[in-house]
Amino acid sequence: MSPPGLPASFPWLSVLIFSPLAAAVVVAVLRRERAVRWWTLAATLAVAAAAVPVLVGFDPGTPAFQFVEDRPWIPPLGLRYTLGVDGLSLVLVLLTVGILPLCVLASWRYITTRVREFMIGLLVMETAMVGVFCALDFVLFFLFWEAMLIPMALLIGVWGGPRKVYAALKFFIYTMAGSVFLLAAIIALYRQAGTWDLRALMGRELPLAFQVWVFLAFFLSFAIKVPMVPFHTWLPAAHVEAPTAGSVILASVLLKMGTYGFLRLSLPITPDATRLLAPHLCWLSVAAIVYGGLTALAQSDLKKLVAYSSVGHMGFATLGIFTLTRAGIEGAVLQMINHGITTGALFICVGLLYERLHTRELAAAAGVGRQVPVFAGFFGVFALSSMAFPGTNSFIGEFLALAGAFQFSLPVALAAVPGVVLAAAYMLRMLQRVAYGGPQNPDHTGVGDLNLREVLTLAPLLGLVFWIGLQPGPLVRLFAASVGHLLEQTAAGAPPLAAAP
Amino acid sequence: MNAFLTWLVLLAPAGAAVVITLTALRRPATAARWSIGAILVAFAASLVLFRAGATGETAVVWLDLPGLRVDFGLRLDPLSLLMLLVVTGVGSAIHIYSWGYMRGDPGLPRYFAGLSLFSFAMLGIVLATNLLQLFVFWELVGVSSYLLIGFWYERPAAADAAKKAFLTNRVGDFGFLLGIILVWSVLGTLNLAELSAKLRAAPPAWGAAATAAGLLVFCGAVGKSAQFPLHVWLPDAMEGPTPVSALIHAATMVAAGVYLLCRLFFLLNAPALEVIAWTGGLTALLAALLALQQNDIKRILAYSTLSQLGYMVMAVGLSGAGGHPAPAMYHLTTHAFFKALLFLAAGAVIHALHHEQDIWKMGGLARKLPVTFWTFLAGTLALCGAPPFSGFFSKDTILTLAWEREHYALLALGVGVAALTAFYMFRLVLVAFTGPAKSQAPDHAHEAPPVMTVPLVALAVPTLLAGFWGIDRGYARQYGAEAAAAHGWAAHLFEPFAHAPMAAWGGLLAAAAGFVAAWTLYRRAVSDPLPGLLGAPARWLRDRLYFDELYAALIAATQDLLARVVAAVDRWVLAAGLVRGTAGVFELTGRLLRHVHTGNLQTYALLLAAGAVVLLWWTLAR
Repeated sequence: MSPPGLPASFPWLSVLIFSPLAAAVVVAVLRRERAVRWWTLAATLAVAAAAVPVLVGFDPGTPAFQFVEDRPWIPPLGLRYTLGVDGLSLVLVLLTVGILPLCVLASWRYITTRVREFMIGLLVMETAMVGVFCALDFVLFFLFWEAMLIPMALLIGVWGGPRKVYAALKFFIYTMAGSVFLLAAIIALYRQAGTWDLRALMGRELPLAFQVWVFLAFFLSFAIKVPMVPFHTWLPAAHVEAPTAGSVILASVLLKMGTYGFLRLSLPITPDATRLLAPHLCWLSVAAIVYGGLTALAQSDLKKLVAYSSVGHMGFATLGIFTLTRAGIEGAVLQMINHGITTGALFICVGLLYERLHTRELAAAAGVGRQVPVFAGFFGVFALSSMAFPGTNSFIGEFLALAGAFQFSLPVALAAVPGVVLAAAYMLRMLQRVAYGGPQNPDHTGVGDLNLREVLTLAPLLGLVFWIGLQPGPLVRLFAASVGHLLEQTAAGAPPLAAAP
Repeated sequence: MNAFLTWLVLLAPAGAAVVITLTALRRPATAARWSIGAILVAFAASLVLFRAGATGETAVVWLDLPGLRVDFGLRLDPLSLLMLLVVTGVGSAIHIYSWGYMRGDPGLPRYFAGLSLFSFAMLGIVLATNLLQLFVFWELVGVSSYLLIGFWYERPAAADAAKKAFLTNRVGDFGFLLGIILVWSVLGTLNLAELSAKLRAAPPAWGAAATAAGLLVFCGAVGKSAQFPLHVWLPDAMEGPTPVSALIHAATMVAAGVYLLCRLFFLLNAPALEVIAWTGGLTALLAALLALQQNDIKRILAYSTLSQLGYMVMAVGLSGAGGHPAPAMYHLTTHAFFKALLFLAAGAVIHALHHEQDIWKMGGLARKLPVTFWTFLAGTLALCGAPPFSGFFSKDTILTLAWEREHYALLALGVGVAALTAFYMFRLVLVAFTGPAKSQAPDHAHEAPPVMTVPLVALAVPTLLAGFWGIDRGYARQYGAEAAAAHGWAAHLFEPFAHAPMAAWGGLLAAAAGFVAAWTLYRRAVSDPLPGLLGAPARWLRDRLYFDELYAALIAATQDLLARVVAAVDRWVLAAGLVRGTAGVFELTGRLLRHVHTGNLQTYALLLAAGAVVLLWWTLAR
């Protein structure tokens, strides 16, 4: 389990979770902005490096939780400090610790005021996000879950655009409202089952009516996070106002909390309710796919366009999950990772454009690609990835999700297809305007191409786009066993209880 | 089979594309050398493989997911070997020609990188061993086509045409992707050889899904081969450089749809084939009609390409269950030769006239551009199906097929299209190359340099002779059918008239009739007499029967409107109404409740008492 030279009980996950927090404490005492930037970059890179032993020591052959740490935390209440990862959470932890150094790099010049506080915010976010993915105690889970909200709202509200306070407030209240239902569900589960331990709650046979209530509470909370239509209106506002790094974290990691919640909690804890309601959720996902695509087509603000495309892409993830098939769930997990990579990269690209042109209007950016060919090349690849072009990462994920939908119900699969064509339409529209555009725009003279730091920010994501696109096997094998176990827990071998409406 | 050579065929153009992109973007000569060298290497390797008659499969594992294992492999069989020769052979001529045609263009390295990328993708389609791999290259072909149509992106027409081509293709491709998923979910494998074996061993394994899968796969071919109703992108794609039109939008990429149908012929059942035959026939007729009133030399050729693709697709459909689609591949091959020739010759004309493409501003070019004229004439004769040109034999096999299958409606349609073809092609030849010069432009025309004329002559050879090379027998071998070779070239020439005289004479006489009509109308014409003769229908044809307008209106009415409506709903109903509304209700409640907090002790006491009363009543009354 653990690499040689260290005791098997070495608390790797605690190190991953709390070292960003420790680094944040150091940031607080650093005086110079330059030092703050370099230190934060070094710290996030070190955290990413600390994930390597976890990856190496992880045994993908078993669905059991690994690197488990279990200590009493608040004994009178029965609360324990329980951590562990299985394949599902591991890949999301890797995504999180991998994306953060890029966020720091993307903020290098973008953030000029209160740099120290900003970097502290990023590091605290990292602690909370990794914590959510590792927590196995329900209260600990909820603690990290809520801990994400405040730094994120601050990142938007302090370093955001013109309507930052409105966006931050909307984000905060919206997700907070969702959390209330999650809390209610947690308490209800404790009263029913008498344990906070997620592992014990999975596979507990609960009465169907109770399951349905818990499922609905989970659903409200997670559907806001994903976000699923019609709970998505906080997303465009938050994305448009957030600074680049905020958008990247939001898109790459925070949206995954919703789908992770479905996979970690809804499916195994309320399997009967899941099977009962899955057809409706599939149709809701299809609605999100088509709705997100259509709305994205009508946007003239680059960030809004990418934000709405997120709604569509996450629709594929939820679609895959609720087909309750192996292909569908594997596709959904891949789609979660891929969306994190591709949409994160697109937000970085939009941020780079904004730094140069001080606008995100599609019309104003038209034709800038001629001045910045390297940027246009990166942008083109990420746009292709976003439209699920074969050979890029998103293709495999959407292919599997669609294949799952096919096994689940033909009408659902057919209804999801227009979304894929729409994705091509809006991405091509954006790419064409930005890369080729109309006549020469005088504002664009003297716009510089990417510098080394910016290339370094995007290059790892570009590598991942092609690596996952061409060789997804190693990644999928990490979580395949967990998906198989999840399917057993959900007993998806039995046909869904209700036919599609 | 020689695995090394096969990989070399595929990877040489890919290597060239990468090297040019990374190192030679500012060095045109280097870029051209890499690109042309790569395609020649691929051609040479293909020739060696073909001579050796190499067949077999080589593969590496690509995707190894639980429940889905897909190889990345190369498959050599008679079908792919011949297709390799077509792609690399015609490709070589066009690459070399490009070096002359595109000389001096500032984007030349980008052009050659795109051309090499396209060659790689097209060869990938030809060699693919499974459907997913095929789909990857299928889309890559779409992207390289997008990049090359939009090569002169500063022209809005080119940029729009590129986008239109890509999106129209994408519509068809999603049918194709659904078909792939359907095949996988029913049969559990994507490997072509395994699929074919499985279906041969147990045809009923398919069940009711057979027709659906066949038609979904056909959707992909409809997009890529520009069949009705997705035909609208191909004429617009002529905005790309002319050699691109020759390679991608005439000889190879658009033929990929036909190749796909022949590759997956075992998937198609009788009802699907019937639909395919009629789609092809209608496309052939529609495109031939539209070609009658076009005045742009490249667009006339584009519509003739559509029409010929319609023939090929019709041939696939006519092959019928139990038959084999060798006639379709035969026509694909000869068409690749003569249509590439026609486009390159048209490019030489355009080059000589400084980018004048309107045939009514040409005239008398035969004397100024002799090589171009004679090769163009050879291409025209082949296209019209005049013996002994290659097009005669391949078109005849298609008409014969319709005759043998007793599909007289499609036979009549095919013969009618042959007449139209001869008419519009000789309209083009007579107006552009003979008669008086219709503007100043032809006076200053000069023959193109050898780097352009040599490929023309090189392509004229198979245009004339390919009918005698037994290409149809080569394809028939793919489907396990051996046809006896006619002895001697003279016997071969007359064999069609003896074998199925109705088809052969019908096609020939129809072409002759078309020629006579064109000769009568256009020999001395300085303006088009047809609108005067036909009236309004001529205008309709010139305006392409308003398909583009119809689609634009449809898209505006559905997609754009829907997008706008949804965006408005999102903004006003969801965001403003429901979400802000919820917030508003809470806010209002808060404001109302605030009035309770008056700070007046008597009010509080009153409320307290009222509360106590309510509480008492509630507990006691129950």
